[in-house]
Amino acid sequence: MSRRHIISLLMENEAGALSRVAGLFSARAYNIESLTVAPTEDATMSRMTIVTVGSEDVIEQITKQLNKLVDVIKVMDLTEGRHIERELMLVKVKAVGEGREEMKRTADIFRGRIIDVTDATYTIELTGTGSKLDAFLEAIDPAFIIETVRTGASGIGRGERSLKA
Amino acid sequence: MEATGAEIVVRCLAEEGVEFVFGYPGGAVLNIYDEIFKQDKFKHVLVRHEQAAVHAADAYARSTGRVGVALVTSGPGATNAVTGIATAYMDSVPIVVVTGQVPTPAIGLDAFQEVDTVGITRPCVKHNFLVKDVKDLAATMKKAFHIAATGRPGPVVVDVPKDITYHATEFEYPATIEMRSYNPVVKGHTGQLKRAVQMLLEAKRPMIYTGGGVVLGDASTQLAELTRLLGFPVTNTLMGLGGYPATDRQNLGMLGMHGTYEANMAMQHCDVLLAVGARFDDRVIGNPAHFAREARSIIHIDVDPSSISKRVKVDVPIVGDVKNVLTEMLALLKQAKEKPDAAALNAWWTQIELWRSKNCLKYNKQSPIIKPQYVVEKLWEVTKGDAFVTSDVGQHQMWAAQYYKFDKPRRWINSGGLGTMGVGLPYAMGVQLAHPDAQVACITGESSIQMNIQELSTCKQYRIPVKVVTLNNRYMGMVRQWQEFFYGSRYAESYMESLPDFVKLAEAYGHVGMRIDKPEDVEAALKEAFSPALKERMVFMDFQTDQTENVFPMVEGGKGLSEMILAEEL
Repeated sequence: MSRRHIISLLMENEAGALSRVAGLFSARAYNIESLTVAPTEDATMSRMTIVTVGSEDVIEQITKQLNKLVDVIKVMDLTEGRHIERELMLVKVKAVGEGREEMKRTADIFRGRIIDVTDATYTIELTGTGSKLDAFLEAIDPAFIIETVRTGASGIGRGERSLKA
Repeated sequence: MEATGAEIVVRCLAEEGVEFVFGYPGGAVLNIYDEIFKQDKFKHVLVRHEQAAVHAADAYARSTGRVGVALVTSGPGATNAVTGIATAYMDSVPIVVVTGQVPTPAIGLDAFQEVDTVGITRPCVKHNFLVKDVKDLAATMKKAFHIAATGRPGPVVVDVPKDITYHATEFEYPATIEMRSYNPVVKGHTGQLKRAVQMLLEAKRPMIYTGGGVVLGDASTQLAELTRLLGFPVTNTLMGLGGYPATDRQNLGMLGMHGTYEANMAMQHCDVLLAVGARFDDRVIGNPAHFAREARSIIHIDVDPSSISKRVKVDVPIVGDVKNVLTEMLALLKQAKEKPDAAALNAWWTQIELWRSKNCLKYNKQSPIIKPQYVVEKLWEVTKGDAFVTSDVGQHQMWAAQYYKFDKPRRWINSGGLGTMGVGLPYAMGVQLAHPDAQVACITGESSIQMNIQELSTCKQYRIPVKVVTLNNRYMGMVRQWQEFFYGSRYAESYMESLPDFVKLAEAYGHVGMRIDKPEDVEAALKEAFSPALKERMVFMDFQTDQTENVFPMVEGGKGLSEMILAEEL
């Protein structure tokens, strides 16, 4: 059975490292739902979060193949244990007439913040799990959406659980 | 004292104890070639096409266990090398390929002879590097050799821009290298080892299945000891031939698509399977669902965790260097109070001998036309089973694997994973240079040999006395076989028309050419080719073989391992 997994990894912050991971996923026909990467507090290392979907066998192969990449320092399947997942979304929506107040109320319910305003638009910032962001998009009238940008998920283990070099 | 990048490349190769660099010069590597000109630590072998440089380096590595080295220029030099790199990658062969690159400031500007070498080779290397600062060059070379040779071996590309080759820095070759991101597991897990040993001792119908990992990991001594201690049957994959002596009774021969009846049947019907340095690939176990129909416990030893449970689920995975793991396993077996179940093993061997009595590799020895199998058998006799044999890809490759009985590892050099036609001759060159006194035969076909035939010129220049055994059936034999079986005998583009006169061609390159038309002349031709009189000469033998001969047994694609077509059934 296919399930959504969040895989975190630490890798050498070197040119081409991202392409090795992206290339691995395309070469072996694995799914990527989202992929985010940025340096850590130690600038020689990058941390990447990959959201993927696959059966247990496929996920096992994905983690093994990632571990095999020479630039990869450590790999952890966050979804194997307790974890926190966050994604940032910016949505530019039409905000006119009666809909303007309604839009603000919906953003409030989802703990969104309006970070840019014109007389006809709001830009709303939302963070949460991927499914919360999906829920927000479903809660507003799609006709009002001008533009959506999402960062893809980042994740971290709960409690003592951590990914260190 | 400061050294230029070009000097550093050459000095690193010398520090690594490199004997041969196979290469072809060009604009981006001229500085490196200038330094090669000035040194005498290693020999450069000028090939006639970059693909052959990589194949020769690959064969050097396969036959010696040391890292092979190739050097090519940027752009087309690098793209020509790609087939060689991918070939080495699929068979886990340790090579370092140094590629020239356009100067750093020109990268990305579509400069003359520029390609994104790191990008193009990324999916077919173990790792690759683009050197952007001459200060990193020595450490990068060290890493390249380290990565190529350790863990599951593989090719490493070091892309060196031209400006790096004339920039200078202090040179110091690091004695060791630490990489926090690269630490292959070498020692097997003790608990798993104990479970495995228990399972082996309790087996009723055991089978040992070994692959290229035993050869690459230099574990054939340990494998032989373990197999003899247990009294179990053993089979080798195409890549694993020579890992266990082929002439030994416990060896059931090669398994897989063209494996022996007894090996495939035993593989399918065993109750405990010990897989060593093998990867259950599609040519070996056929349809995995069919394979999984029979209940059996599988122990899998491999240095690469991703090879385990990739196509077939295993019960006891053991990640580690095969030699280490087999050594520990042997120690545990010797300590164990239990012994293998002799009665069960007897019954199992009785069954196996029944399968073996089918004599699945028999062929018509009375034929008035030369049978390809006969040529290989005679080659084995004439060379006393002690030659290094390279092959190209196709029917002749399978006949070589089936009929040349390899008793030693690193003697059988072929492209198993990628199946690259054209490897045979450059492979033979690499092997012969590494083993100047050995008998080296290249078993090939008239189609494969033409894919790198320009290397006859290299053989002349360096007096490489390989013996080419061409099984010439005027067809791309394996393509023809599939067309006969699966495409209603419509032989689309598989007939090789307008073949050259290979005797004259060999002579034109300064070699000895022979054409053999009759079975009764086969042995004499081989004896002459391997005679002291021709020891220093390259000999090209053109055997005119049966056009309609097919390779049997055969497991069709998608079929199960025990669903073989045997020669007698047609």
